Amino acid sequence: MTWLLALLTAVLVGAGVWLVLQRRVLHLVLGIGLLGHGANLLVFAAGGLSSAPAFAPGGTPLPGAADPLPQALILTAIVIGFGATAFLLALAWRAWRELGDDDLPRWTGSEPPLEDDHQEPKP
Amino acid sequence: MTGLLIIPPLTALLALLCWRRPALQAWSGLAGTVALAMAAVGLLVAVNHGGVQVLHVGGWIAPQGIALVADPLAAALCVVAAVVGIAAVLAARADHDDQAKHPAWQPLVQLLLWGVCGAFTTGDLFNLFVWFEVMLMASFTLLALGGGRERLEGAVKYVAINLVGSALFLSGCGILYGLCGTLNMADLARVIAAAGTGPGIQAALGCLLAAFLLKSAAFPLFAWLPASYHTASPATAALFSALLTKVGVYAVLRLTVTIAPLNGTPLAPVLGVVALATMAVGVLGAATQMELRRILAFHIVSQVGYMLLGIAMGSALALAATAFYLIHHILVKSALFLAVGVAAARGGGEDVRGLGGLRHAPWLYAGFLVGAASLAGIPPLSGFFAKLAVVRAAVEAQAFVALAVALGVGFLTLYSMIKIHREVFAKPGRDGDAAPAPRPGDRWSVGAVLLLAAGTVAIGVLAGPLWAWCLETGAGLVERRPYLDAVLGGAP
Repeated sequence: MTWLLALLTAVLVGAGVWLVLQRRVLHLVLGIGLLGHGANLLVFAAGGLSSAPAFAPGGTPLPGAADPLPQALILTAIVIGFGATAFLLALAWRAWRELGDDDLPRWTGSEPPLEDDHQEPKP
Repeated sequence: MTGLLIIPPLTALLALLCWRRPALQAWSGLAGTVALAMAAVGLLVAVNHGGVQVLHVGGWIAPQGIALVADPLAAALCVVAAVVGIAAVLAARADHDDQAKHPAWQPLVQLLLWGVCGAFTTGDLFNLFVWFEVMLMASFTLLALGGGRERLEGAVKYVAINLVGSALFLSGCGILYGLCGTLNMADLARVIAAAGTGPGIQAALGCLLAAFLLKSAAFPLFAWLPASYHTASPATAALFSALLTKVGVYAVLRLTVTIAPLNGTPLAPVLGVVALATMAVGVLGAATQMELRRILAFHIVSQVGYMLLGIAMGSALALAATAFYLIHHILVKSALFLAVGVAAARGGGEDVRGLGGLRHAPWLYAGFLVGAASLAGIPPLSGFFAKLAVVRAAVEAQAFVALAVALGVGFLTLYSMIKIHREVFAKPGRDGDAAPAPRPGDRWSVGAVLLLAAGTVAIGVLAGPLWAWCLETGAGLVERRPYLDAVLGGAP
């Protein structure tokens, strides 16, 4: 089980990094989503993997139970990640409509100019 | 401390209720920010008299519950953040950009200040993650408000890189919790001191350090800053430049000083090299730029390097220097961003070569001169003492490479400031030697610049007492006992 989760985290993070490095803006958004899921899975695994219930009746914790705190943490992280990804998607959509282009290397309007003589005072 | 974290959301709510009443909204934003500043000053006084203040949220005692902790540095930074908030809200009245006139601007600024104050005062690593996200979501939306080609492009890059940083932060939290069984900063410090920094803990610290360095725009992860900050309106850019990267630097300080002192780990020299490279790359980048706010954006990167250098050296003297630098830089950078915002609006462009004649606008000129001289480190302004403190710490640590880089970067900063001064203020403008006509409401922006400039002059005049306070703070940070005892000492 541990190996499976480790492998899954590696696949998620690997795929996320690969997608983030692509040229398309949609790939960027999906890649960041996958990176977030990889991080969530890592936190989940940190709490221990056990099928024993975390809260036992009568208040005595069972030996070998999984730690419930990381599960609460990733609930928070999932909600935040969902909101942030949705915002990024909306933003990317607006930018794509404004620019008419989803090729990130061509989004250079906000970058510092590389050569001095390319810029001219704006009206 | 309760007031500090309750006033901003309430003000945001109030400003939301005044959505259709711009004047009322602006006044409620101003009133809320002034109230926040008073709460922060109250907290600072309490910390200076009664030592580190701890609030166990909901009565759950740390390390089980979440603790909010205000040590002298955190309280002082909250005060400075609130002062910058006041200046930005004042300047927004004059902002001719549609961004600061958007009805969502005031509520979002309050949420940003909320996130910043929360990040300064939290004593829990995961809680810090949440405050970071509060601050970042507000900043994402602020940056994209108003739309437009450049702004949306910059915002996509800014959001994307920050979300990658958040994933790193979360991974670091997860590994650290798996190894130490706690996320309370003081408890983590205790556990790590007892167990030592093994490879697992070092991996977690590396993840967290990378995430915080990314957010403080350190080399090599700084390119997002000069690609996005200059697209925001002047009031927004002033807030961002003053606060966002500094929260990153503060998180680096908490991680590498309070939670796990770096001395002796392989991460210590890495942080030092990163700091020096950040200083050098930032200032060289600024030297090649010709647009006002791009120059200043690169200078943020270079100044962050000075603060990181103090943290990397890690002595009480060096941390005192970082504390002094943080306070000085927050005020000066926002003053400069606001001043050049007014200059660009009056001159009709960001490119310095197309501007000129603004020396006939005396108040703006005075505000800019004080800010620029202070940034470049000219005595008797605050920047001189901040740089002097870093240099003294470098001499004490016998880090002579660091000393040489710090002095060289200081000279290049002066070069950039002289460039702006000569092009924008001293030389005649396009329409002969007269200042471009002021725009309605400019006096609010100039007032905000003068408020911040007065702050930097005051720091310069009161450098003695402030430096003594910083030394005490630095010693407390290195010693850690006051912080740890206050958090883990038991019931409130």
